[in-house]
Order: sequence, then structure tokens, then C-alpha cells
Amino acid sequence: MISESEFFQRDRTMHAPAFTPTYKTSVARSPRHALLSLQNSLSEVTGPVFGQNELGALDNDLIKNYAKSGDPIGERIIVHGRVLDENARPVPNVLIEFWQANAGGRYRHKKDSYLAPIDPNFGGCGRTLSSEDGYYYFRTIKPGPYPWRNYVNSWRPAHIHFSVFGTGFAQRLITQMYFEGDPLIKLCPIVKTIPDEGAIERLIAPLDLNASVPLDTLAYRFDIVLRGRRSTLFENRLAGN
Amino acid sequence: MTDKLGYLKETTSQTAGPYVHIGLAPKQAGFDIFENDFGNILAGPETKGEHIRLEGKVYDGTGSLVRDVLLEIWQANASGAYNSPHDRQGKAIEPGFRGWGRACSDFETGTYAFETIKPGVVMGRNSRPMAPHINVWIVARGINIGLNTRVYFSDEAELNANDPVLNLIELVSRRKTLIAKRNTDKGKAVYTFDIHLQGDNETVFFDI
Repeated sequence: MISESEFFQRDRTMHAPAFTPTYKTSVARSPRHALLSLQNSLSEVTGPVFGQNELGALDNDLIKNYAKSGDPIGERIIVHGRVLDENARPVPNVLIEFWQANAGGRYRHKKDSYLAPIDPNFGGCGRTLSSEDGYYYFRTIKPGPYPWRNYVNSWRPAHIHFSVFGTGFAQRLITQMYFEGDPLIKLCPIVKTIPDEGAIERLIAPLDLNASVPLDTLAYRFDIVLRGRRSTLFENRLAGN
Repeated sequence: MTDKLGYLKETTSQTAGPYVHIGLAPKQAGFDIFENDFGNILAGPETKGEHIRLEGKVYDGTGSLVRDVLLEIWQANASGAYNSPHDRQGKAIEPGFRGWGRACSDFETGTYAFETIKPGVVMGRNSRPMAPHINVWIVARGINIGLNTRVYFSDEAELNANDPVLNLIELVSRRKTLIAKRNTDKGKAVYTFDIHLQGDNETVFFDI
């Protein structure tokens, strides 16, 4: 493998455009000039590396990592999957961070004032590194849906936010995972910013009964795909010499 | 599910939302959970190079401050090396220098800040040197997919004038949106880099 190799061009038809008026906050926060396309240099193909020694033992267990007087209220779930690239190869040792509302749809955040209560035993965030074969998992409780100010009666479907690093800064990605069967998904103005049905479908984690723990915890499966690297046969190296 | 050539599609981006701090900067959300938080200090006492502060504010298309933005930066060290296995220039990296950090704008003032060092020249494509620069990635509520830009330095006029990326910006007047202004505060170099998501002074953003 030639390690400086650049990334496949990002397929922007799989992503929401910047300006999506039905998601109102995007209106004043969307650039109006076209993005300037930049062939990758070392600045884009390199990226930070994180180590297991930087994480705590409970960082991937949201049931226990903020438990004060007992476990948090809600459906106990495992979320698991693989981090792959567009070449369908596993991406090992990358940092994955996640955050979510509690079972009542309330975030532990000083700016969230929804009337559902804070759960004293739930922080709502965690992180892990993908394994050598790109696998990751964490345990949490299923988040609740909640209302938000877009239209007067807009509700977010239950979701978990994901932040993922790859091996190059150009792979940096934030997304949201939804749950199979939630009727709010197809009504959500934020989901509907995505122009491609298949792309939406891939954000919806199916129930994975085989990965559940009998009499204990249900499981959902969510695979994450990062941009792939090109092979660089018959090309000059990016950095020269 | 792969296509007929065996490729997968990249997972679609979604907004980081207003509560991004919970996951990526929980102290700013108002609670303490991890033993080790990732933050905005990239340079330790052993880090070589000029120690600087990079700070600024982010504005939306109405000229209002964006106070819930999260920024990450990625940069080379003072000799122009990235701390990544994909940098094979063979230059040394001092211990403790990752070259990456994250910061949030302040909920009141809207200011973000990084404590870092000024990076060196990095070799660009076709052996054309790139002026010292810091790569920036910006996410927030209302931003559907993270925005990428670069910070260049106002005291590097000659290198900037020859930089292969700045020279790609056709409208010459827009190049200045990527140049941080140098000032000094108590003997320390402070570079100010304001970001305009939209409007007359819209920052140049890249599709990398």
C-alpha cells in the first residue's frame, strides 16, 4: 500500500446540500459560494491518531459511565458494527464518539430546557476505538424522541449522534443513527435534508436479535463507511521525492 | 451493500446539532464525565516552534455570532511534518505533539481559541511548497456537512503569494478570508481568524 494515497472524491449526491430551507437553521449558516475543489495534499491525507490509553474503562458503557445511585432508566441496548472504507476494508484503531438524549428525550446540556427530566444516572456520551478488524460496540439506553423548534410541531426521531475519525483529516465525519421502525424518521426535517433514499436507509440501524444478550439487552447494528483511498499506481507521490 | 465494483458508499453526514458539546466537549455542556478530555491545547513546553494563540469568532449570514460551533484543527509541526503514518517525509516529530485539537465557541462571547505553534512549510503536490497553514473543520447546528477551510498567516506574505492552494482561489479578493492577522498579547503572538459562513465576506471553504 502506498501510504500517501489520496481519497476518492466525495460523492456529494449522498449528502445534504448546505442550504436546506426546511431545516431552518441551515438558511443563515450555509455558504453560498461553491466549495473550492482541492486535490489532496499531505494536509488532507494525514490525520490524528488516538490511543486506548487515552480512554477510560467505562467510556463505551453509557449505562455505567455516569451511574450515581443506580442504572439509568430506559431500554438497555447494545449498538455495534464495523467502520469500513469505500473499498469495503475495515478501518482499525479510529476514534468513535457518540452522544444522545436520555430515555425521555432530554439532553444533559445547559442549553436544553425540554420539560422531560434529566436522568441523574445518565450522562449521555461515550467513546471507543475500532478494533483491528474495524469492529466497535457500546452499551447504552435507547434515547427518546423530543420536540424542537423548526415547525411548531417538529419532533426528532430517536437518534444517537456519531463522530468518527478516519486515518486522514478528509474522512472526518459526524452523523446520526436512527432506529428501525421509528415512524418519526420519515417526518424529520433534518433527515429529509438528505436527497438520496438509500443514503437515509443506511442511517437506520436494524434490530440485531442475534447480538442481543438474552434476558438483558437488545442490540442494533450500525456500520459506518468512511471515504476510501485511491491506489496511486503510475502517479507522482503527493509530497514529491 | 457493495455496488457491482465492490465499493461501498460513504455514510451520509448529519448536523452535529446544538448539543455537540455533550459528546465532544462535555465540560462545556456542563458536566464532568471523562478522565481525559480532548481540548484546545496542542503545544506543550517541549513543543518546538513559535508558540501562538489562534482565536476568532464565527458569523452567520445575518452577521450574528454563531455561539454553538465546534472547530477542530489539524496541523504540521514547526518543521512541516504531520504526526501521522501517512506522512512519510521522514521528518522528526517531538514527543507529545499530535497536531490536532478541538475548541468550541464560548456561549457568551462567541470566541474560540487554540494554544498551539506556528506550523512550518509543508511540501504540496508536485513538490510545490505550501505556505504555513492550519487545516480547520467546522460543525454546528444548521451545518449539514462539516466545512473545511485553512488558516494562513499574515506575516508570511511572500510564501502566501506563492501558495498553490491560495492561488487556486480565482477571485483574488477572497484569498484574504483565509489569512489570520497577527497581533501580540503580553509578548505572545496571537492570530485572529474570524470565519464568515455566508455573506459579503464569506470564508473560502474547500471540497477536499
